[in-house]
Amino acid sequence: MKFLISVLLTALLSFAACLFLPWWVIAVTGFIVAFAIPQKAGIAFLAGFAALFFLWAGLSFWISAANNHLLAHKISLLFIKADNPILLIAITGLIGGLVAGFGGLTGRLTRKLFTR
Amino acid sequence: MRIIPLLLSAACTIVLIIILNTKLVAPAPLGALLSPQHGLWQNAEPADKNFSADLKFPQLKGKVSVYFDEKLIPHVFAAQENDVYFVQGYLHAKFRLFQMELQTNVAAGRAAEMVGDVALKHDREFRRLGMVYAAETALKEMEQNDTTKSSCDAYTAGVNAYINTLTESTLPVEYKLLGIKPEKWSNLKIALFLKLMSNDLAGHDDDFEMTNAKQFFSKTDFDLLYPLVQDSLDPIIPKGTIYAAPAMKPVAPKNVDSMYLNKGFVAAEEFVKPNPANGSNNWAVSGSKTKSGAPILCNDPHLGLNLPSIWYEMQLSTPNFNAYGATFPGSPSVIIGFNDSCAFGVTNGGRDVRDYYEIKFKDESRKQYWFNNAWKQTTFRVEEIKIAGKLSMLDTVAYTVFGPVMYDKNFNGGRQTNNKNYAVRWKAHDKSNDLLMFNLMNHAKNYTDYVTAVENLKVPGQNVAFASKAGDIAMRTQGEWPAKWKGQGDFIMPGIDSSYMWQGMIPQNEIPFQYNPERGFVSSANQKPTDSTYAYYLGREYPVARGLLINKRLTAMQQITPQDMMALQTDNYNIYAEELLPVLMKQINVGMLNADETKYFSILKSWNLRNDAASIGATVYNEWYKKFKTDVYDDEFAKAPQPIQIPFESTLIEATIRDSSYKFFDDINTTKKETLTDDALKSFKEAVLIVKNLETTGKLEWWKNKDTRINHLLKQPAFSRMHLNMGGGRNMINATTEDHGPSWRMIVSLTAKTEAYGVYPGGQNGNPGSLYYDNFVDKWAEGKYYSLWMMTKEEVKDNRVKWIMNFSN
Repeated sequence: MKFLISVLLTALLSFAACLFLPWWVIAVTGFIVAFAIPQKAGIAFLAGFAALFFLWAGLSFWISAANNHLLAHKISLLFIKADNPILLIAITGLIGGLVAGFGGLTGRLTRKLFTR
Repeated sequence: MRIIPLLLSAACTIVLIIILNTKLVAPAPLGALLSPQHGLWQNAEPADKNFSADLKFPQLKGKVSVYFDEKLIPHVFAAQENDVYFVQGYLHAKFRLFQMELQTNVAAGRAAEMVGDVALKHDREFRRLGMVYAAETALKEMEQNDTTKSSCDAYTAGVNAYINTLTESTLPVEYKLLGIKPEKWSNLKIALFLKLMSNDLAGHDDDFEMTNAKQFFSKTDFDLLYPLVQDSLDPIIPKGTIYAAPAMKPVAPKNVDSMYLNKGFVAAEEFVKPNPANGSNNWAVSGSKTKSGAPILCNDPHLGLNLPSIWYEMQLSTPNFNAYGATFPGSPSVIIGFNDSCAFGVTNGGRDVRDYYEIKFKDESRKQYWFNNAWKQTTFRVEEIKIAGKLSMLDTVAYTVFGPVMYDKNFNGGRQTNNKNYAVRWKAHDKSNDLLMFNLMNHAKNYTDYVTAVENLKVPGQNVAFASKAGDIAMRTQGEWPAKWKGQGDFIMPGIDSSYMWQGMIPQNEIPFQYNPERGFVSSANQKPTDSTYAYYLGREYPVARGLLINKRLTAMQQITPQDMMALQTDNYNIYAEELLPVLMKQINVGMLNADETKYFSILKSWNLRNDAASIGATVYNEWYKKFKTDVYDDEFAKAPQPIQIPFESTLIEATIRDSSYKFFDDINTTKKETLTDDALKSFKEAVLIVKNLETTGKLEWWKNKDTRINHLLKQPAFSRMHLNMGGGRNMINATTEDHGPSWRMIVSLTAKTEAYGVYPGGQNGNPGSLYYDNFVDKWAEGKYYSLWMMTKEEVKDNRVKWIMNFSN
């Protein structure tokens, strides 16, 4: 339950913050949520990762579907030399997930400094 | 000890962010780029995107309504004249900002700022050519005229109004990929864009190549290889036209034979030059030849094919004028199009207006040069060239009375200039306000207005066709052309005194033109403007094929409809093959051919002389011609200094038809004396081997062999359209080659209600993530047209109107 709340809260906060702030604010939101909701370090990482993986992959899929994946076809050819929009969407999720995951881990470890 | 995992984790996070936010490791800032709320996903335009909007800008004087039709073509209705240019600038920026920025930076020699040091050589070349100097001169002229100043000011304000709305997420995707931000627009950028067009159209010269050729070949051979006039020339202004006695007579210097025509040697390497295929067709037929009784004007300018296209289609309407057509993102007004009274279109004049002079500096400092028996001071212009990710480079360019010294000890542009210094004299450095022509043409109501308008065009000189609802047709070979003595500027000239300088310009009242000629049509296709009775020297080589065929066809046509004109514009007939192929085939003794050769020979026999997409004969002929040309010339040219001018197709073809004992048929490396028959057979056998290879690789059909593509400006195949199934080719009316061709096809029938058709190889939206990025390409490749809609205010409720953008102050 705590895990689920962490995931949802991180995703929600990240979405809101990204409306106004640079993309890397997702590391900060991951940090804040993991700091506020203490879990094991590994779980904190997973929660941040899952939150942003699903947020970024979900958002990009949603946008790309409305675009008939027109741009995703082209960009995937450009970057990964393969016509594979879904892979590009997965990479998007992975990058968001990693950054927020590490943010979460750092948040959890920071809190540990202050607790016994 | 808990601090260590924390520090590790924090370091990981920060390093990860730095890597993903910069280009230190990845070629692009991947985090910023892939963030769905900031990066490229934001450029994935929804298929059902709503372009309607209500916008407020205090710079506007009144209301402007923009009606977008189903092709995303804006029909702009402004209550105040200059507001229409504000909105034109705004829309150009909204749909084409990256292209505008890249093109003007290319023009200014600032490409390395955007893409890094791959562009450094280009930047130095353009700085030294004086592109910015030319644009600054043009800007002064532009801003001294109230009309052009106010329209450019409004246009620039419109571009900047759009740039100001941009956020990280709404930046065009190319900016995100390169990790750069847009720069403020300015009137100077408009001037730079126009100078870029001048370089494309009036920047072609063969002076170095011809100088090498002059040195290498005997006078007799030189004249055979580079004839002054082609047999088949059908000039723009027909043969037999009487010209008035010239007001000025340029005089060749006394030492022209010893110092110029027989002197000089430059060894140099090839470098990137404007494509000589930057040609075009335009013609207008009078009502006497059309079915409707109204004139029809047609134009298809051939330029490099790019995505986004060089053109953006729009209608501009104010109480003073109502024009429709192709516009240049980067410049106000309609460039090629029509209004309620007339239509106008251009082809390139193609005369040589860029010459080089050899400069003698006193010493290494380049501070003084020898001119008219004295040391004269140079002026220096210091060019700072910024390079993405590196330190800037400073390049000091010396200016002389001729112009900037383009090549010297510091820079030779890849040419081996043998430590010589060459100043460039380029017409585009002179004062002119060419933009005014387009403004006035948009407003033109009749022939008199057209003449007033065109005289403002000085460079790049264009053949400007005109037709009006009053029934007039006209063509002017417009430009401010240097009056040259015979041979002036064909080669590099001595620069030690004023004797080789241009002596003046051809007076405007001696510009060759045609107004309602008896034959019922005017036409131009970059061929020589006149026959040799015109008093001024016009240079050596112009393409003749398209002009010849167009005039032949137009002479024969009667009761012409716009549909007939579509067939003519997209005609793949190969007039050179018609002339050359029978002569070559006659040389072949069929009994001596092997099975493969016999097969392809019979394909050629039954070929209809058209380079249609699926034609196999076209491929076989093309390979044969290429080998034939090589066999004829390569032995003589093998030892020539590089670069050297390769003779025109017309030269070889005309020589072959005229003279079966053309001296170049002989292979100078053998003791035997080869003849036309030997060369024809040898080249046919060689060509068949290549064609057989093409057959095995499945590239026998002409379109696969030609392989037309439309490149994205950054040459990214993913953003380009490759392998287009279409016919045409060099020297055909449908001049579509590998990456060059008709960049806008337009047909305007000036009936009471104008009937117009057009298409360009691109789409209105420059965003590769938009449905409207390349949606015209297939229609263009098929040789089909859209009907052009000159919308009236009463048609606001028409179901072609898809979106409405309202601008107010």
